[in-house]
Amino acid sequence: MEIFQQVLFVAALAAVAWYITQRVRLISRAINLGRPENRFDHADERLKTMLLVAFGQKKMFTNPLVGVMHFVIYAGFIIINLEILEIILDGVLGTHRLFAPYITPVYPVLIDIFEVLAFGVLVVCVVFLCRRFVAKVARFQPERHREMARWPQVDAAIILTAEILLMIAFLTWNASDSVLRDRGIGHYGELKGIVPDFIISQYLKPLFTNFSDTALMAYERIAWWFHILGILAFAIYVTYSKHLHIALGFPNVYFSDLQPKGEMQNMPEITKEVQLALGLPVTTEADGSQPNDNGQQPAEIGRFGAKDVQDLKWINLMNAYSCTECGRCTAACPANITGKKLSPRKIMMDTRDRMEEIQRGWKANGNDYRDDKSLLNDYITAEELNACTTCQACVMACPVNINPLDIILQLRRYRVMEESEAPASWNAMFSNIENNMAPWKFSPSDRFNWADQVND
Amino acid sequence: MSTTERNYKVPTMADMTASGEEPEILFWVGCAGSFDDRYKRVTIAFVRILNHVGIKFAVLGPEEGCTGDPARRAGNEFLFQMQAMANIQVLNGYNVKKIVTACPHCFNTLKNEYPELGGNYEVIHHSQFLQGLINEGRVRVKDGESFKGRRITFHDSCYLGRANKVYEAPRDVLAALDADLVEMKRVRANGLCCGAGGGQYFKEPEPGKKDVNVERVEEALSTGADTIAVACPFCMTMMSDGVKNKNKEDSVRVYDISELIAQGQGL
Repeated sequence: MEIFQQVLFVAALAAVAWYITQRVRLISRAINLGRPENRFDHADERLKTMLLVAFGQKKMFTNPLVGVMHFVIYAGFIIINLEILEIILDGVLGTHRLFAPYITPVYPVLIDIFEVLAFGVLVVCVVFLCRRFVAKVARFQPERHREMARWPQVDAAIILTAEILLMIAFLTWNASDSVLRDRGIGHYGELKGIVPDFIISQYLKPLFTNFSDTALMAYERIAWWFHILGILAFAIYVTYSKHLHIALGFPNVYFSDLQPKGEMQNMPEITKEVQLALGLPVTTEADGSQPNDNGQQPAEIGRFGAKDVQDLKWINLMNAYSCTECGRCTAACPANITGKKLSPRKIMMDTRDRMEEIQRGWKANGNDYRDDKSLLNDYITAEELNACTTCQACVMACPVNINPLDIILQLRRYRVMEESEAPASWNAMFSNIENNMAPWKFSPSDRFNWADQVND
Repeated sequence: MSTTERNYKVPTMADMTASGEEPEILFWVGCAGSFDDRYKRVTIAFVRILNHVGIKFAVLGPEEGCTGDPARRAGNEFLFQMQAMANIQVLNGYNVKKIVTACPHCFNTLKNEYPELGGNYEVIHHSQFLQGLINEGRVRVKDGESFKGRRITFHDSCYLGRANKVYEAPRDVLAALDADLVEMKRVRANGLCCGAGGGQYFKEPEPGKKDVNVERVEEALSTGADTIAVACPFCMTMMSDGVKNKNKEDSVRVYDISELIAQGQGL
């Protein structure tokens, strides 16, 4: 019986490991659809940012209460992995509370910490469910934010409910285990005197006192299997969910923008064109490198700006996979606040949805498959793009340093430079700048006329 | 006020170079500062302060051109770079080292975006420059209008604040006035845009519930302020329009921080 469970467990573990590997491959292939960009510079500064913003959760504390609640789940997630290590080893080796005899004095303290965290996670998940579905925090509501309709809401409910169930399984497992130990049954009884009651689960013991020995042992096994299989299944689920931020949040912050927030990225391929047009010496190749002496070898120029995810940078795509759809960007967006269609969160969700559509295409038709859709138009409309004031509020608000603005601006570049699509008044502004060196229709020779009034 | 004693001067780089001189700073006026009737008064106020403290400055005058900021943000990178390179040629031709500007969009572009195209300057926003003058004691706001009993609220410009983390300089400048400074609900990093950035100023807003500037002005009015201080030409227009939209133009005024300092100095 015991060996059967071990074999089953190892098989489950191997299957999950294999499946997750496939998922990671697919996701990294999708992220690598993006154009290359070096984000491996300034390692010190990047590490510092990651420690502060990802590990330290710095930006979460702009809303202190939610910051603390999120921190409980975060700490629970990180620290409870120690307990999962023991559970996995027990499962593989057929042991029970493997670590207990070796670290006797520390063991109950550790389990107490895990239980407090598990209870904390449980409570916070209930509060988060209430915030979303009872108190109806505005930024989560599909009535106000069309990108939140259906799946995003279901996804959120699944995640929170799953975490609650997993924590209940963990705590009741400890309680049933304690009762079995008290009754001195089998290997449970062997831990009598070594393992005491635990800080939270002791209060759940009365639930089990009326159980027969057999029923109790059955419950203990069921709770144990439910807990660990639940965690493994959750690990797979995460790769399909907004909850992927628990993994990608860290690298996403590490590779986030370091340059001043107001700086738009240069387009070296255009610098070269402009230098040629103005008769200036060419200082940059289209790829940003220095020109070689043997004349200009025209590098392959892709699109100006971005029409689809392939035209974006890989970091934009990693951003999309790191987004947990919290909507702080959208709640801070002046366009969204005043009822315009633009929602920075939707920009990120659209980007991810488009990548997943491409992945489905690969699966069905092979890895070279290209459909005739694109991120621009099929997902993100001109009306959304045109509403952006580039105010950086979304960039500032994101707890994991996602930059929705960068995507918006790249899509605008494509519309204006490749499709010549801009609102008529922008075209007028462009031609004014071109002809009069000012966005308005004034003669450049009148530019200094204001000086006549300084002594009035 | 009498105008008889006034003798403010606005030298151009061309004049200075012709007479073999070099200014301490180049004052980058910007398109709004040159052409917008309301913002010309800000340009003039700032020039008067520069004259008053005796700083050797110059402007480009007719040689200045749009930095290209609205074109770039609207997506027209070609036009932006044409403007940038033309301006850089002029600036480098005059060997300009230090630039002060009253426009946060020009400030951001000159400071952060020109270096990659060969334009490297020390770029300062006029709020930072005024803050320096006040700290050094070169500007004192005692000789002019008193601000006692007046309530001033400062509207953060996105391109000064979030884009470049300049939050305190304009507040320090306003603190030199003996007014009551009141903050709006959304300030500094949480500030709400005036609605004009990213090329919005040059087109009608997309359909929505209301315009961004109206939302912002409602917030400013709820502080009970009689003066909304700004540090950006676009914020100036948007806030002024919002105040008009709320029919408060008789009781609430919008001023640039340099205008308030000039008033306080009696310039």
